[in-house]
Amino acid sequence: MQIEAREYEYANDYKVLIESYSGKPEHLLAIMQDVQRHYNYLPRLAISMISQHVGIPVSRVYAMASFYKAFSLVPKGKFIFRVCDGTACHIKNSATLLDQLQQHLGIEVDETTADGMFSIETVNCLGACALAPVMVVNGKVYGKVSPGDVERIINEYGGQSYASQHKC
Amino acid sequence: MQASINVNSNDRQTVLVCCGTGCTANGGREVFKTFETLLKDHAEIELLPVIKATGCNGWCEKGPLVRLLPRDITYCSVAPEDVSEIIDKTLIEGILIKRLLYRDPVSKEYLSSHHQTDFYRKQHKIALRNIGEIDPGQIDDYIEREGYQALKKALQEMSGQDIINIVQAAGLRGRGGGGFPTGRKWQACKNASGEEKFIICNGDEGDPGAFMDRSILEGDPHTIIEGMILGAYAVGASRGYVYVRDEYDLAVQNLGQAIGNARQRGYLGNSILGSDLAFDIEIVRGGGAFVCGEETALIASIEGRTGEPHDKYVFPTEKGLWGMPTVINNVETWANVPVIVLHGAEPFARIGTENSKGTKVFSLVGKVVNTGLVEVPMGTTLREVIYEIGGGLLKKRSFKAVQTGGPSGGCIPASLLDLPIDFDSLIEAGSMMGSGGLIVMDDHTCMVEVARYYTNFLAGESCGKCTPCREGLRAQLEILNRICDGEGTIEDLDLLEDISVTMQGASLCALGRTAPNPVLSTLRYFREEYLAHIEERRCPAGVCRALTTFYIDPVKCTGCQVCKKHCSVNAIQGERKEVHVIDESICIRCGECYRQCAFDAVQLRQEELR
Ligand SMILES: Cc1cc2nc3c(=O)[nH]c(=O)nc-3n(C[C@H](O)[C@H](O)[C@H](O)COP(=O)(O)O)c2cc1C
Ligand code: FES
Repeated sequence: MQIEAREYEYANDYKVLIESYSGKPEHLLAIMQDVQRHYNYLPRLAISMISQHVGIPVSRVYAMASFYKAFSLVPKGKFIFRVCDGTACHIKNSATLLDQLQQHLGIEVDETTADGMFSIETVNCLGACALAPVMVVNGKVYGKVSPGDVERIINEYGGQSYASQHKC
Repeated sequence: MQASINVNSNDRQTVLVCCGTGCTANGGREVFKTFETLLKDHAEIELLPVIKATGCNGWCEKGPLVRLLPRDITYCSVAPEDVSEIIDKTLIEGILIKRLLYRDPVSKEYLSSHHQTDFYRKQHKIALRNIGEIDPGQIDDYIEREGYQALKKALQEMSGQDIINIVQAAGLRGRGGGGFPTGRKWQACKNASGEEKFIICNGDEGDPGAFMDRSILEGDPHTIIEGMILGAYAVGASRGYVYVRDEYDLAVQNLGQAIGNARQRGYLGNSILGSDLAFDIEIVRGGGAFVCGEETALIASIEGRTGEPHDKYVFPTEKGLWGMPTVINNVETWANVPVIVLHGAEPFARIGTENSKGTKVFSLVGKVVNTGLVEVPMGTTLREVIYEIGGGLLKKRSFKAVQTGGPSGGCIPASLLDLPIDFDSLIEAGSMMGSGGLIVMDDHTCMVEVARYYTNFLAGESCGKCTPCREGLRAQLEILNRICDGEGTIEDLDLLEDISVTMQGASLCALGRTAPNPVLSTLRYFREEYLAHIEERRCPAGVCRALTTFYIDPVKCTGCQVCKKHCSVNAIQGERKEVHVIDESICIRCGECYRQCAFDAVQLRQEELR
């Protein structure tokens, strides 16, 4: 496991976050979620600190990180476009929204643009099925999105340049 | 100007603004804030109306909803710009604003209250009784509506066994999917021995298309808390956990606040309401894995392990969380408990069918006019729910199927629309209750693609521990992809059935055992669609892109430009009022034009592609 040099700069911040929980195994998931929420991924240094704090092998933290969808081992974009592909959204053509996003941003699902600005993800249901198809960008919910709206939404987050770069 | 506002505090005007997820996405919060700001400037009103942000009213289609009490006026699709008019006209002068009222599509009448609409009139609310009526952040709102009365009654005059007896007599069955009798589960836990016992509320709500648990957690968190305390008292548990899906931020926030308030008032903690009952609740946020909704996986997840289910030789009621006796119930199940304990078993048992008592909340979504949450007595027919409450299909298209039971449920065809919905009838029809999602599909939905969708979903969520589920799903997905791509053979259908049988018999947990349901139910009721894909190489619904081309019928096209506007790749040419044409070399076959055209001018090429 390689820890990147810059992660050490944050060592103290990780520590504060991690030690705000007791080291009981029942808090493992919560600690990992907090770190993920704060940094948009689980930095390697933080993973090894978590394993020490909870007193479990690093491999078990990794197993958790790869099992649960909430975690990522690489940094995610500043803006995360999450397209709902729950059933209600799926039958209202969410696949086309996804196509559009991928085309405009030039990345696939679960990828992040090289400059770390945008990521695309799918989610199984946001519980807003009445507004299908639904898309969420950093917590803001867009309902009844039509394929034609996608470009406008991307532009709200400064994604225009991507759109022109990748449009043929 | 002296406002005509009544000063009697019982009649104090109240403005309820729906701030459920649906209404929030449509601007409900802004409406709420606008009321707050604007009302401050109305010093002339002697007794300012109370403004409350409520949970989801269920009628998400018409949101943001604003309700005015005591007159019981409901305004639909309210924008922040409408607020000052509502204050001036309705709150001060008492005049209804017609434009914001719901208009019955059949009688064309304007209805002043949502209670008069077909959507609400046919509902019977128990689990959702408070939602939309109270501010979930105010414990007193809950208390005013019989909140914590059941707990008081239980502590004063009932033993734990009494509670179990009542729940059993009421015939309450688990609302999380399995339909296991709740009283029986509690009895097993009470009888089991262990140093400590636990109560868990399953709020993982993994079924896509279902959002009742979210709505209850957000809109009426105290009913869950009270239900869990009653459960704890009944079985002798000292700690409780609510496992909430990670995506549900607002639910976590509202529930967390409610737990804090309940502690302050002495409903949670060491000696609850002065008795010797000690019980407290913690929230655990899920990690985002569908299988964690399964109870043994959920328990593993709370313990800080990966959420892999294990075979249930021993039930959680014997050895659950940390090896101790544990009761785990679904959110909606818990929400029914206070009502049953307070009012007794009999009124509850009177509702529903022989073996399925009470009501069930359904989330009615998909291609239906009124989408949202509906709570109806068990035994209500699919037709009543979809046509009478739901208002029928969008754009008056024809009904093809309704999917129930989540990913491992099944698709029910039009011939079974008069099926009374309860736990047993759905299983007989090859589906199941699941958590109560009803996803309505029209003739623009491809059933083979739906089966592929669910199989793909389940293949992604299979934890991989047992082979039949992991490999079976993968093989089925491959076959379904092939059929959707026009490469399927007739032998594939037998193979799908073969694999299904193996998965049903040999998988470790219910996920794998029920995973073939989408394939089997579509094969059972929609075999001809599979055959069209395989033998004629066409997708009758126009969904599978490899098998579909669209063209515009020049006779029907009015040149309205709707299709052109909706085409995201500019594949459609044509001037206003002239016939439009699709350039097939650009078209990505997303079908948006096909769904949008109001004149049926966009059509599928029906001839064989090969
Ligand atoms: C794959 C799978 C997923 C499940 N997901 C959920 C869920 O999201 N919510 C839920 O309450 N129950 C879910 N269940 C059912 C639970 O295992 C359990 O039966 C239920 O929580 C018990 O509560 P009840 O008796 O009140 O229904 C799931 C079961 C399986 C097999
Ligand atoms: S299916 Fe997309 S929000 Fe529920």
